[in-house]
Amino acid sequence: MRSMSRRVLLAAALLGSSLAGAQAQDKAPVKLGAIEILTGPNSRYGIAIQRGFDLALADINKAGGVLGGRPLAIAYEDSAGAKEQALNAARKLIGRDKVPLILGPTLSNEMFAAGPVANERKVPIVGTSTTANGITAIGPYVFRTSLPEADVIPVTLKTAKDKFGIKRVAVMYGNDDAFTKSAYDVMKTSLEKLGIETLTTETFGSKDSDFSAQLTKIKALNPDAIVLSALVEAASGIELQARQLGIPEKVFFIGGNGLNSPKLGDIAGKAADGTLVGSPWFIGKPDAANQAFVNAFKDKYGGDLPDQFAAQAYDTLFIVAKAIDAAGAPDSEKIKDALIKVKHTGVMGPFSFSDSRDPADTSGVVVLVMKGGKFQLLQ
Amino acid sequence: MLEQQLVNGVVLGATYALFAIGFTLMFGVMGVINLTYGVYFALGAFAALWSTQGLGLPIWAALPVGALIAGLIAVLLDTLLLTRLRKAKAPELASLMVTLGATLFLYAGMAAALGTEIRRFPAEVFSGGAYSLGDVRVGTTQILILAAAIVLMLALLALVRGSRIGLAIRAVAENPDAAALMGINGALMLRVVSFLSGAIGGAAGVLVGLNFNAIQPFMGEHMMLRGFAVIIVGGLGDLRGALLAGLLLGLAEVLTAAYLSSTLKDMIAFALLVATLWFRPLGLFGRAAAKRA
Repeated sequence: MRSMSRRVLLAAALLGSSLAGAQAQDKAPVKLGAIEILTGPNSRYGIAIQRGFDLALADINKAGGVLGGRPLAIAYEDSAGAKEQALNAARKLIGRDKVPLILGPTLSNEMFAAGPVANERKVPIVGTSTTANGITAIGPYVFRTSLPEADVIPVTLKTAKDKFGIKRVAVMYGNDDAFTKSAYDVMKTSLEKLGIETLTTETFGSKDSDFSAQLTKIKALNPDAIVLSALVEAASGIELQARQLGIPEKVFFIGGNGLNSPKLGDIAGKAADGTLVGSPWFIGKPDAANQAFVNAFKDKYGGDLPDQFAAQAYDTLFIVAKAIDAAGAPDSEKIKDALIKVKHTGVMGPFSFSDSRDPADTSGVVVLVMKGGKFQLLQ
Repeated sequence: MLEQQLVNGVVLGATYALFAIGFTLMFGVMGVINLTYGVYFALGAFAALWSTQGLGLPIWAALPVGALIAGLIAVLLDTLLLTRLRKAKAPELASLMVTLGATLFLYAGMAAALGTEIRRFPAEVFSGGAYSLGDVRVGTTQILILAAAIVLMLALLALVRGSRIGLAIRAVAENPDAAALMGINGALMLRVVSFLSGAIGGAAGVLVGLNFNAIQPFMGEHMMLRGFAVIIVGGLGDLRGALLAGLLLGLAEVLTAAYLSSTLKDMIAFALLVATLWFRPLGLFGRAAAKRA
């Protein structure tokens, strides 16, 4: 009898302590890793993404976090735009911080370095801005929430053909960057499919500042439009110089995702007018969720406006949080299985993953035109 | 099209030449490959930007402000970084490493202080107009670049070859000890040269920033690669060589992109570099090092 009651007491004590343990663990934050470009020439992309994540993080934690009350947290690593650094960041987040999931990296180039590591270690990695071809082909743990260029560019080019009747174009692309090169590959296929003639294909380096030779050549060929795959700095320089060299304004630019930035209008001003881009998101989309996001972003960041990268990051964190809840534990394997089934309607519109872990829904794509230094919906 | 491409090439070449002439002056007199030179390029552009935005100066006044500030910073950095090494007569490699470290530090510092956002000159400053001559179009900024490059280069050549200060500079370049015995203040001459080359680098930064209307801390990094090619092709320390080699490189790049393929454009600088080192290792004009400045 005595020994029995002692056993009961012991069992009760054990139970109590394990309950207390479980409760304490319940409140521990679920820490995810993120690899973004936070310093260096391309840091504006990474910082926009970080701001999108942080805004979503605050919203999610205000609404009670994940897994029934555990706050979500993000450990940021800076890749500085270098794939070696992105690779090391992935190793560190997996090996030392033991995060169950990695967000990022910013550039497709970096994903081709960091993705294979995460995949090998069976940690899901979710790119929010990696639009190059072949990203999710890295392996079953690599996801992306950004619409690949392959889905957006054909919509843009088809719209340009239907609306403006373009028949002959010149193509220019940055040939030292995975992102601009892969957009070019899509452009090439898409132009062939639409039966638009390519008069010449010119290249440049992503750090060049003089494009006059290529543009003079293009001017002499007299195309209907110039199809351009570049990051925004180079794109701005190209559009400025094109007008300076006297390429008439009716010869407009059709851009890949790199041109889809308010910076294009800021830097190139009037020279950028008429530029067409396709976009998975637009700041002026009138739906309530989007307007609430834009206003919250402005409030939090002193009046700065969100861009597409911030919007994609914002939605992505909600998608990941839903997957963690569905998984029931911060466990890489379970989150991976839950992610593929997540359905979410965010500021970008309806979202779900395809079987190949790319976004399945392209109904959100809009075509924008630059007018007076600002993008607006093409009417 | 050829005429337009020649104009493009000459303007591009003038920016290379202007950039390289300051770089090569620094090397010719001080015997040091000072890697911080690319920083002055961005500093000059930022100083001009600040004086147009903050002080409301027109661009013709902002150009000398940019050059002046870049020049003063060059003197400061040279004094801080290299005085000790000169005193200790440290090997060339030591100064190369010191300036390399300083460059990394300065780029990171500029990125932190100024941000990596691309800045542009206010719209009033940047008219962007152009003149047409038949089929050829020349932008007002292109004319400004060409004119400023020619004036600055002629002024520098006149100073170095035709004035007492120039004589003193050349004496220091040829033999610092003998120059000191002749009563030339060597330390002062080194400062003058630092100032001149920093100011030229800064002016080049203003002009290039203006032409492409894009200013950011890393803009000098890309230019340094071309700068190296130009000063080696022109002969290390050779002012006239840098001028001609700059023009040559600009024309070669543009004509390659126009008539061969734009993918080959970036190869030209290095093809010229290698060819020069093989066939004329002392540069196009091939004079002995000490006589050049």
